[in-house]
Amino acid sequence: MIPAEPVGEGRWRELARQALARLLRSYGSAQFDLCEDAVQDALLQAYQQWPARFPDDPLGWLIATARRRYADRARSDARRRHRETRAALLQPPVAPEAVQRDDSLLVLQLCCHPDLPRSGQVALTLRAVAGLTTAQIANVYQVPERTIAQRITRAKRRLCELGRPLPPPGQADECVTAVLDVLYVMFAEAHHTTAGAPPRDADLAVEAIHLTRLLRRSVPESTEVTGLLALMLLTEARHPARVGPDGRLTSLDEQDRALWDRELIDEGIRLVEQATPGAEPGPYLLQACIAALHAEAPDIATTDWDEILALYRLLEIVTGHRNPTITLNRIVAQAMVDGIDVALARIDALEADHPGLPRLNAVRAHLLEQADRPDDAARAYRRAIAATVNLAEQHHLRHRLRRLSGAHA
Amino acid sequence: MKYLIIMQVDPAVLEQLTDDQQRQIQEGHGAFIAATKERGEFIAAQALADPSQSKVVRSSGGQPEVTDGPFVESKEFMGGFYLLDVEDEARAVELARQIPDANIPGLALELRPVMFADLGAG
Repeated sequence: MIPAEPVGEGRWRELARQALARLLRSYGSAQFDLCEDAVQDALLQAYQQWPARFPDDPLGWLIATARRRYADRARSDARRRHRETRAALLQPPVAPEAVQRDDSLLVLQLCCHPDLPRSGQVALTLRAVAGLTTAQIANVYQVPERTIAQRITRAKRRLCELGRPLPPPGQADECVTAVLDVLYVMFAEAHHTTAGAPPRDADLAVEAIHLTRLLRRSVPESTEVTGLLALMLLTEARHPARVGPDGRLTSLDEQDRALWDRELIDEGIRLVEQATPGAEPGPYLLQACIAALHAEAPDIATTDWDEILALYRLLEIVTGHRNPTITLNRIVAQAMVDGIDVALARIDALEADHPGLPRLNAVRAHLLEQADRPDDAARAYRRAIAATVNLAEQHHLRHRLRRLSGAHA
Repeated sequence: MKYLIIMQVDPAVLEQLTDDQQRQIQEGHGAFIAATKERGEFIAAQALADPSQSKVVRSSGGQPEVTDGPFVESKEFMGGFYLLDVEDEARAVELARQIPDANIPGLALELRPVMFADLGAG
């Protein structure tokens, strides 16, 4: 569809994103649809003309062309819906042309606007910033294309309704937090895709990492952005050891660490080391620090569990003790430091406050297995198997349960 | 015509399988999906979580009430389904026999003709 030379698909997506960002900056997010269509028109024109004559400044060419197409479209729209678009045409540009580094952030913040539903934020970000097609996004989420198209349409309509959706520059931090959360959800979903899923032509984890890199270029000073990028890289590095060829999960204690991607680990650790000094660490940087400690350890026994436990306690404080999953992870570290009995008692207390907490019984089962209480462990495994909504995790738990019954048969 | 092939599963049976059997079942489902897709008979497949994760919404006269449920007595439950579009019932049965679960004592497949479907594409 797109000529391989002189522009690769990644570069096309980059150019499209930057052109869209520039148009949105000029005409405002209320014109999201028009801006997007104008960029698509310009891309089509580029696709037809560039093979014959490649411009000296491809981005400049694309933006200039998209602006002309925007004006054309706005005019023809105006003929149809005169009143609505007159305001848009008369409106002065939202902001003067700014340095390019801010533009990605603008579109990211727009797509991740806190007033949009999470599913809309993710779909719009993948489309407008990552440059995936609606079909690719539908494929990633295994829903009909129509469903994704509708989510994007509704999200864009909502942005238009919001009018001036972005807070003034002074409050940009809050918006970066919203972007981080969307990117984290995107990445987490990538790591929860079920085993044996059909092959996909777009990889959510790769896109999430790409987008976080992009965000970091815009706000290099944010330790949380750096922390999230590091967390993603360190998590991604373990992926080859985490998921076996048959799609079954392997837990951290049984992973073959030789399969971990050293290059990603090195980059992740470097980022953590850059961000940590003097920082008042936020949740993502703290999780990255924990992931870095795991990545540095040759095995479970030599892992610095004291430090990990301390970091989890800090993480609980930073997140206001509102996230029971963090507490569950803290208890796992606590088992290594204070012993299994202490950890099991903490699990009971946590369950009393949060019945049905995901993975609680899986953690309990692992601990009981280590404590050599096979009957109790089997009971916990059965409850964990019933409680999970993830097929790969279910296979993993069944495998542990079978192994347990086999060993004690 | 469309058929829903419901996979009736029993956790006690699944738990007794060996890792090898488990892998064969997974591969069998993968091959079944690939084959029915290739023949233009596949519409959708879903695996469902355990019934302990279910909620039931029903009215007893007033506002709909939400309860945990559905408290089935039977050990077997609907573990998932295939939605297929086939020539006739005979073909649906023929396909159901190819699903790995069909060869495992304690598991079963139930076939039901579909009367209405909206697959979200139109």
